[in-house]
Amino acid sequence: MIKAILVFNNHGKPRLSKFYTYLTEEMQQQIIKETFHLVSKRDDNVCNFLEGGSLIGGADYKLIYRHYATLYFVFCVDSSESELGILDLIQVFVETLDKCFENVCELDLIFHVDKVHYILNELVMGGMVLETNMTEIFTRIDEQNKLERQEAGLAAAPARAVSAVKNMNMNLSQQIKDIKLPDLPQAIKDLKF
Amino acid sequence: MALKKVKGNLERIFDKNLTDLVRGLRNNKDNESKYIAQCIEEIKVELRQDNAAVKANAVTKLAYLQMVGYDITWAGFNVIEVMSSPKFTHKRIGYLAASQSFHADLEMLMLTTNMIRKDLSSQNQYEAGVALSALSCFVSPDLARDLSNDIMTLLSSTKPYLRKKGVLMLYKIFLKYPDALRPAFPRLKEKLEDPDPGVQSAAVNVICELARKNPKNYLGLAPVFFKLMTTSTNNWMLIKIIKLFGALTPLEPRLGKKLIEPLTNLIHSTSAMSLLYECINTVIAVLISISTGMPNHNASIELCVQKLRILIEDSDQNLKYLGLLAMSKILTTHPKSVQAHKDLIMRCLDDKDESIRLRALDLLYGMVGKKNLMEIVKKLMVHMEKAEGTTYRDELLLKIIQICSQNNYQHITNFEWYISVLVELSRVEGLSHGSMVASQMLDVAVRVHAIRPFAVEQMSLLLENPYAIFGMALGSGRPPSMIQVLYAAAWICGEYCTFLSNPKKTLLGMLDSRMVQLPHNIQSVYLQNCLKILAHLLPSQSKGSPVTANLLTNGTEDGESDDQPDQNVDEQEHSAVEPDKVNLAEIQDFLKPFISSEELEVQERAGCLNNFIKCYVKLESKGQIDDISELSEELANAFSSELNPVAVKAQKKVPVPEGLDLDAWINDPPSDSEEETTETTDVFVKTHTAADFGSTLTEKKKVPEPTEEELGKVCLDTFYIV
Repeated sequence: MIKAILVFNNHGKPRLSKFYTYLTEEMQQQIIKETFHLVSKRDDNVCNFLEGGSLIGGADYKLIYRHYATLYFVFCVDSSESELGILDLIQVFVETLDKCFENVCELDLIFHVDKVHYILNELVMGGMVLETNMTEIFTRIDEQNKLERQEAGLAAAPARAVSAVKNMNMNLSQQIKDIKLPDLPQAIKDLKF
Repeated sequence: MALKKVKGNLERIFDKNLTDLVRGLRNNKDNESKYIAQCIEEIKVELRQDNAAVKANAVTKLAYLQMVGYDITWAGFNVIEVMSSPKFTHKRIGYLAASQSFHADLEMLMLTTNMIRKDLSSQNQYEAGVALSALSCFVSPDLARDLSNDIMTLLSSTKPYLRKKGVLMLYKIFLKYPDALRPAFPRLKEKLEDPDPGVQSAAVNVICELARKNPKNYLGLAPVFFKLMTTSTNNWMLIKIIKLFGALTPLEPRLGKKLIEPLTNLIHSTSAMSLLYECINTVIAVLISISTGMPNHNASIELCVQKLRILIEDSDQNLKYLGLLAMSKILTTHPKSVQAHKDLIMRCLDDKDESIRLRALDLLYGMVGKKNLMEIVKKLMVHMEKAEGTTYRDELLLKIIQICSQNNYQHITNFEWYISVLVELSRVEGLSHGSMVASQMLDVAVRVHAIRPFAVEQMSLLLENPYAIFGMALGSGRPPSMIQVLYAAAWICGEYCTFLSNPKKTLLGMLDSRMVQLPHNIQSVYLQNCLKILAHLLPSQSKGSPVTANLLTNGTEDGESDDQPDQNVDEQEHSAVEPDKVNLAEIQDFLKPFISSEELEVQERAGCLNNFIKCYVKLESKGQIDDISELSEELANAFSSELNPVAVKAQKKVPVPEGLDLDAWINDPPSDSEEETTETTDVFVKTHTAADFGSTLTEKKKVPEPTEEELGKVCLDTFYIV
């Protein structure tokens, strides 16, 4: 069984926290801090398994983690889970995120943590592994996104307009730079004066 | 009315959504809590609106704030409201917030029962899906009881997605409401043969979790799992099944025998490292449980060790770690197979990954022999200097002692080297397990006669300069654990004081005024051994001239008045007539801080020692030289016999003398009344009172008599019972 899934960055800020047992918010933050402390001390070419971390469960529990660029993905599991299997699962999770967000980066997780939760819910349910096949997982997520878009439909227009305005104010200059003008026809380019 | 709506819509446009909240948080890094408080106020306003989308937006933001560490249970009703929304998008948000913040003890959970039931039977499978995902996080015993039937209905749904989720949900239901297990179990078993592989996998998962808690009840399913194992190609499922078999084989060895062949086949054929590793683990578990050596099994062990070697040699640190982990399991039952790979383990000791070094350390136990012991210990000591964490250092210390002392020091060729290793260990900062090092020193000194002069020399150095080693710590707070070696040092010097080069110096070192800061058990040992050294010194001294006796008397009268240890320099010069002789008055002075110690044992021993010296001095002042020499000789005799280690089973080997029936009642058996008398009689136990110094002296003399005579009584004399 998986006891908790944590994603935090290189400075320890939580980007996703899912606990499959009840813990108060204070305990949760403490565990995140302690886990970060343990995991950040590790060099990049040591093994990905950590024992210890007394707060979160005790003797039977291990921390299995992977470090991708600026993010740590940490799964806290007990001895019923295969260590290498969980490492594979973390990889599946990250690849699914990559597919859903198109070249996922930390910012995507920061601004769309709810979507990340929905994706995670297709892999793990109640601390047990639900699905490991990426195609299947992606199909489910895709269908649910379609549902969301259908429901949003017309009603979403004003909301989208407002977002567009906000977006405009934010990075107008950048967007102007990014505008790609169509190429001039070759004939005109060849004109010599 | 219409205006209100338009105004309302206009205001709503400026509501923050999740993106805005996060952006705002990032822009307000220095006044985060203020910003969040403001946002929470806005959320509260939004939650009061009628608009469902607005409420859903607010709940999304709340879920985010929960991750940052804020409690959101105050908005529980609103979360439930959003959960009951007809729109999938909003429902999803509500259930997410619920899964993050609801828990089994929350009272408002009972409001959700009907809503969840409705969602579970929805046409849209994803509505049921989100309900299940969330329910698995906060199900309570009541919810479990009320919804178990609905979940079981899901098991026969036409949609595999729902069957899969339903099966996993069943486990959570069983955890909270165990009565559901019995009726549900046959349905669960059916799912093992579900056409959809995902559902099958989920069923295997659930049954494996159940079996971990209660292996016996699931032995009957072994054939089903066996069939699945040999036919399936889903690696996750195979891993679960193989792990389950690993847990079942201790209960049913026949199962183990059947498993060896298919597992070996899997080991040969699979390319998945995770599966390979689990197969090896289970084969090891099987072979350990079978334990009777059959010829095929050696081949299996060899295969496992071979594959593990490949894992350990891999550059992937994870595989190395797991390989070492599995090797140590083999080590307990088949050490010879592991020894062949000594070189590999030694290389792992130098790995830069601490987890791997720790695993390699575990394996060392079976690897050492006479030739490489010193080299290995040297390497471990070097590691200790470089190591950063105290746990690792402690592990190293334990390991060094373990490998050196195994099998009665089988591998040590040079005990002087071992003593110096122990002394060096005691000098390392920050180690715990000081008492272990101390007991090793004692053990070696007692068992190895030849080593005693060397040991005494080393120990006296420790006693004379404890500040050099433990100095800093003595003044402040808790003394380091290593200070317990002083216990061993004192005892060794006292017991074998004939080897001391300068007994007086050692004696005075132990009575130094700063020693009152030592832990009490060490002080007690110090005092006892001062007595022993004194016993050694006095006989030669007492045969000296009356002149010296007078000098000593004068010293006594002066000494009693002042209590300042700084005076000892002067006093030493005072009695410098015979520098090797012990100045008893000086000693009595040194004893004063010990006599007023708050610890009883220290006080008692100091008092006894003091009284003895008083006796001696009194006899001396009366000029009764014969009595003095007799007294000092008796004292020396008390400590003259050799203390030998007694084996743990030695008592059993003592034959029972004729005519003694150990099982016969000595008195009439007690009546079966409830009353229990708690009075203790002296029939079985000789109560010593250490205060009576004279009598204990003579009792000690009687002790060399054979213990056969005293079989009926339990002798509390601690020197002869280990």
